[in-house]
Amino acid sequence: MEFIWAIVIGALYAAGLYMIMRRSIVKIILGLALLGYAANLLIFIVSNLTRGNPPLVPPGATAPIAPYADPLPQALILTAIVIGFGVQAFTIVLFRRAYRSFGADDIDELRTTER
Amino acid sequence: MLTAVLSGFGGAIAAPWLHRLAPRHAGWLAALLPFVLMIYFISLVPTVAGGEALRFSYAWVPGLGVNLSFRIDGLSLLFALLITGIGTLVLIYAGGYLANDPMLGRMLTLLLIFMAAMLGIVTSDNLIGLFVFWELTTISSYLLIGYKHEYEKARKAALQSLLVTGIGGLALLAGIVLLGQITGTLELSEMLKRGDTVRAHPLYSSILALVLFGAFTKSAQFPFHFWLPGAMEAPTPVSSYLHSATMVKAGVFLLARLNPVLGGTEAWQLLLTFFGSATMIVGSFLAVQQTDLKRILAYTTVSALGTLVMLIGVGTDDAIKAAMVFTLGHALYKGALFQVTGSVDHETGTRDISHLGGLRTAMPITAAAAMLAALSMAGLPPMLGFIAKEVQYKANLSEPILIGVALLTNILTVVAASFVSLRVFTGQPVHTPKHAHEAPLSMWLGPVALALGGLGAGLFSTQIGNLLIGPATGSVLGKVKAVELVLWAGIEGAAGQALALSGVTLLAGIGLYYARSIFPRIAAATAPLAALGAESWYHRTVSGMLLLAERQTRILQNGYLRFYIALIIITTLILTSLMLLVGQVTITMPQNWTDVRVYELAVALIILSATAFVLRATSRMAAVVGLGFVGYGTALTFLLFGGPDLAITQFAVETLSAILFVLVVYRLPRFGNLSSVSARLRSAALAIAGGALMTILTLIALAEPTESRLSSFMAENSQSLANGRNVVNVILVDFRSFDTLGEITVLGVAAIGIYALLKLVVPSEQEPRVETDGSLDGKTEGVPRERTEVIDA
Amino acid sequence: MYSLILATATRLLIPLMLIFSIFLLIRGHNEPGGGFVGGLVVGAAFTLYAAVYGVSQAQNALRFDPKRIVAVGLLVALVSGLLAFFQGLPLMTGLWYPQPLPVIGKVGTPLLFDVGVYLVVIGITATIMFTLFEVEGE
Repeated sequence: MEFIWAIVIGALYAAGLYMIMRRSIVKIILGLALLGYAANLLIFIVSNLTRGNPPLVPPGATAPIAPYADPLPQALILTAIVIGFGVQAFTIVLFRRAYRSFGADDIDELRTTER
Repeated sequence: MLTAVLSGFGGAIAAPWLHRLAPRHAGWLAALLPFVLMIYFISLVPTVAGGEALRFSYAWVPGLGVNLSFRIDGLSLLFALLITGIGTLVLIYAGGYLANDPMLGRMLTLLLIFMAAMLGIVTSDNLIGLFVFWELTTISSYLLIGYKHEYEKARKAALQSLLVTGIGGLALLAGIVLLGQITGTLELSEMLKRGDTVRAHPLYSSILALVLFGAFTKSAQFPFHFWLPGAMEAPTPVSSYLHSATMVKAGVFLLARLNPVLGGTEAWQLLLTFFGSATMIVGSFLAVQQTDLKRILAYTTVSALGTLVMLIGVGTDDAIKAAMVFTLGHALYKGALFQVTGSVDHETGTRDISHLGGLRTAMPITAAAAMLAALSMAGLPPMLGFIAKEVQYKANLSEPILIGVALLTNILTVVAASFVSLRVFTGQPVHTPKHAHEAPLSMWLGPVALALGGLGAGLFSTQIGNLLIGPATGSVLGKVKAVELVLWAGIEGAAGQALALSGVTLLAGIGLYYARSIFPRIAAATAPLAALGAESWYHRTVSGMLLLAERQTRILQNGYLRFYIALIIITTLILTSLMLLVGQVTITMPQNWTDVRVYELAVALIILSATAFVLRATSRMAAVVGLGFVGYGTALTFLLFGGPDLAITQFAVETLSAILFVLVVYRLPRFGNLSSVSARLRSAALAIAGGALMTILTLIALAEPTESRLSSFMAENSQSLANGRNVVNVILVDFRSFDTLGEITVLGVAAIGIYALLKLVVPSEQEPRVETDGSLDGKTEGVPRERTEVIDA
Repeated sequence: MYSLILATATRLLIPLMLIFSIFLLIRGHNEPGGGFVGGLVVGAAFTLYAAVYGVSQAQNALRFDPKRIVAVGLLVALVSGLLAFFQGLPLMTGLWYPQPLPVIGKVGTPLLFDVGVYLVVIGITATIMFTLFEVEGE
């Protein structure tokens, strides 16, 4: 069952990479978002994918009922999602500022700032 | 003892406040600290002279054998007294010299940091500790040379000294680590007992080379001597303290300290005497060719350091004794002369000896101090310098070559001493840029005290010998050694021969002083040699590296984002494929790959088609909607496979993201088809290759067993240890809460960054001069609609 | 963006969202939920408020400067970890009040830490969204 998810991850990575290689800054933002999904899914899929229970301990028990999903990568992804949101907002605002300051919607025109 | 050594760092923090509270007396106040420390060290003299070594240890990184341990024996104490004593005078001096400088507080801070670091070097009993302090002196030296950072020359000189001594420091660290490996200890007091093991070890020559490289660069030995004259860009108090009396002697100190471990072999003797002698000759020879007072003194310092290295190389009891006496004598007279130079520069506006003369009437006290110190430098009785020279000659009597070297160096030193005293203070007064008058108390106290110190040490040589030089010599030799130090050793035997050599030195020196017109001609004749010297190699290396960096930056950092990304993808592809090929990794299809439920397939298809939709979207709105579908699809995936926490978080974030996009993206330009078709095809090919690689890597990772002890531990102990039944949340707020703390800090930083990007506008930056995309509304105020000019201003 | 239906709906929705977020926060230790998602829900609530009534109204409703909420949240999280440290235990050891409280359940420093996370997330969401609304001239 993991196989189709491997394909989905590959497709998301390919799409994200393609988008961040574009010149239009909006497309780059979209590409970064796609890469974020891809990375989160990757961690989620490769760590013991189970259709089983969430990692919750039922009241009165001492451990989740097996088979349960691996809690550790979930904790990683959870913070990654929220941080991803913060970073995405930061990127968007950064591009907005660059656009306002230089008037360039074409990332190539921002090259001058690196010179 | 720990307090004594480290108090300088505390003082350094307080110094700027002192300067703010009492700008006129900051130097005096700051000098209290080294003064108290000096008293403390003096109080230790009787104990240490009795043959005891004081030790204090504090475990720092016990796992690596790194301790913060300190040990004070004769050698440490001699240096500690120099550091604190001269430090006291230098801080007072700096307060006067930089009285009108608003940055005086910074100068005092750096000097105190340096003092503490230097004390750390000489008292550290752990080699790693010693190294840390060693590097601290390098850094403070860098900052002090670059004190007048608005001048490019100062910055360059600072960088030069940092690079030269820094590279030496790295070599030293390697040497220390090897020493630690061989002897099994990093504590000096232990290591000093294992010299035989080290000398017999096959790695001995490597260690020797590394340690000598470190010591030679620090102590400005030929061919690395060039950074020291450059360091004269520093304000004079710094030159007086770091670059004559103390820091440059750190290399000498290290050699003396490690003498029982590394010394005594033929290689040691040969290398040290050779490089020491070469430094002596080069230094003294260059010194007499200079006209800048500070450079004269700098080169004589180089030559003096060479003398010390040479004497340690000879290694006999007499030679070590000579080195210790000379260390003390040199620090006293050179510290004084540097401060005199500073006062002269300060009061007349020039340091060029061809523009100076007859200052004795205008600056009588400074002149007297200078004369006294120069007497010591020239080696005349009854100064300590005289005794130092006598014992030096005596130590070398059996080696005709070394006697020749010493004779030549000492003659030229006499000439240099005459330059800095007779030339400047006697003769007819010369017109100077500023009208000369006596320096203030804070600026003549130091030279006078140091010069009198040289006189006193000469007069009370017996006591000095018993209390300071004897214990120091003993620690270098690794045995108790009674040292007799007398002003008048008589005219029989070796003492008589040494006295005769002194006479020759003095006569020849004075003769050469009156024939000084030959020096510029010699300088002109030997100038082409400089092109072969290490300094030119240094410049060539540095400029070559800059050129290389510039070229590769031009190629790699050409400003095209997609070029960077393509480079990353290609590199990853190549490296990973290589590893897959070499590692013979077989990609196995997961066994249950056909086991797909319909709704899972449906979610996967939603994500795939939404992704395709984003790629093909021609309007921003459509793309944002597509992206939202990808996000909700991801959230559903989390939900399907046991991650409800992830799913709700993803849903919430998706919602906020959508608002964010709608708010901002509409203000950003419309999609344009900016790239050419071929560029798009190239990107597509790369992107597909990258995506395929990720799929393959995912499959490989899936084939690996994924039993995680960590996860099951956390799952099974969540309830019992952390009172929580949601394991994911327990990991976040309990098991790994420190990580979470870091992550929410990142979030806070991101929020502040966004706020700053949006709210803070550089005043000069005008609001945009471009048309906005008016598709949502065109009513935004303050945004002109027409492109008025090209923005690339 | 003002419309009567939306404005009325918002008035009803926001208290519900706030209560829901606190519910998520408190039960997060035992059931799906927690500080992150709870904070996001509050952030969404105030974003909605700002969209409908404008930033200054939303700011008034929130009472505190969102940047200050971020700072307080970080401080709360840090203090919750330091409490154990001052008791001589390793940093961030969970300390628990032995008796469970009604409704909330067992109370301890991890819950306090989660409150810190909750505040930080509220703060950053509000900071980002309020600033954007303001600058983009809603």
